Amino acid sequence: MGGMDGFGPVVREQNEPVFHADWERRAYALVSFAIRAANVNIDEFRHAIERIPPARYLASNYYERWLAAVETLLVEHGVVTREELLAKQDAAIDPELIANAIAARGPAPVKDKPGSKPPRARFAKGARVRARNLNPAGHTRIPRYVRGKSGVIARDWGVFVFPDTNAHHAGTKPQHCYSVAFDARELWGKSTKAHSGDRVYIDLWEDYLEPIASNSKPKAAKRAKAHHTGRY
Amino acid sequence: MSDHHNTDDSGPAARVKALEALLTEKGLIDPGAIDAIVDTYETRVGPRNGARVVAKAWTDPAYRKRLIADATSAVAELGFAGPEGGHLVAVENTERVHNLVVCTLCSCYPWPVLGLPPVWYKSFAYRSRAVSDPRGVLEDFGLELPREVEVRVWDSSAEIRYLVIPQRPKGTARMSEDELAAIVTRDSMVGVAKVEAPRA
Repeated sequence: MGGMDGFGPVVREQNEPVFHADWERRAYALVSFAIRAANVNIDEFRHAIERIPPARYLASNYYERWLAAVETLLVEHGVVTREELLAKQDAAIDPELIANAIAARGPAPVKDKPGSKPPRARFAKGARVRARNLNPAGHTRIPRYVRGKSGVIARDWGVFVFPDTNAHHAGTKPQHCYSVAFDARELWGKSTKAHSGDRVYIDLWEDYLEPIASNSKPKAAKRAKAHHTGRY
Repeated sequence: MSDHHNTDDSGPAARVKALEALLTEKGLIDPGAIDAIVDTYETRVGPRNGARVVAKAWTDPAYRKRLIADATSAVAELGFAGPEGGHLVAVENTERVHNLVVCTLCSCYPWPVLGLPPVWYKSFAYRSRAVSDPRGVLEDFGLELPREVEVRVWDSSAEIRYLVIPQRPKGTARMSEDELAAIVTRDSMVGVAKVEAPRA
């Protein structure tokens, strides 16, 4: 959603409660158990949220999106069937059933860090990199607004599971994840809102990045120079 | 029409009830554990945790150093850890630098130190504009920054969760760590507000 326009000002609620309805409380806590019961990893869960049809996504609140994602995943993983869910929604809930429930079980959560032989880092601090213009069909954590933009490696956070493959159970593909600094003007152009010197730091996996040869000037700088000298 | 009937047609309250009952029936969840999680995030884990971290960093230079070097460990020293807190990073506001945290992709937030995110943090308005117009967003919160202050926006696009260490306000030199913790607000630790000294 980064950079989209038209959502209006940010509105802050005074003395905001943690949850705004009892169902939000239950939904929040349910999800952590349900995704474990279905052996769902965090990337897969995020992808299930992204798969909510856009119009519905925008019309739902945060916990409604969690609920929709967890329903989808439980059905897809065969933990429950759609018919069972619908039948339960139609039937009166028997409170006794909940009170007498048996203890939780389910597989352990998926480890989010690989164990052995961490891969070597391709980029060092200070290296100039470009965020690849990737537009995968599945899950990804490369924000749309950074694709194709140039930045500088600020920090190497170490090795993390790669969400693009992990979300689809296509391997954890462990690799370095970096904090990459992007100048506001590189991301947003010469807008009055983008102040030169302000930066956005984005955490990006190695597969999202490509090197920029050290002798080539950054695109933005070249353009600016051409503009100032009147050449082109 | 019944063929249009799907799980999305019912209100969220009914759907959550059905889901909880079904999973309970199948022995996959324990409602007692659900209650425990709700209680934890509603009454025990919240921005007071982060405020204690900040107040300690303000009063204990060695702790501040450890916090900046490795926030996950420094936060754990105070007993705070858990989901969404495995990779914490503290970023410090100064006279020259103002940090602001967002998650444009979803609503990632450092739960062990700040609790669950407020609605504004999860709003499309914040998620969309915090990166493209951070100074405008800060003005929505009543905070106008001088031009010469560098704004650093941290988009929590991976597993790192950020905690802003706000600037310690002037006139608080004689306050104790506990007193300081009481004036540190959630908003200041996300970077949308400054901490104000209490009025004398």
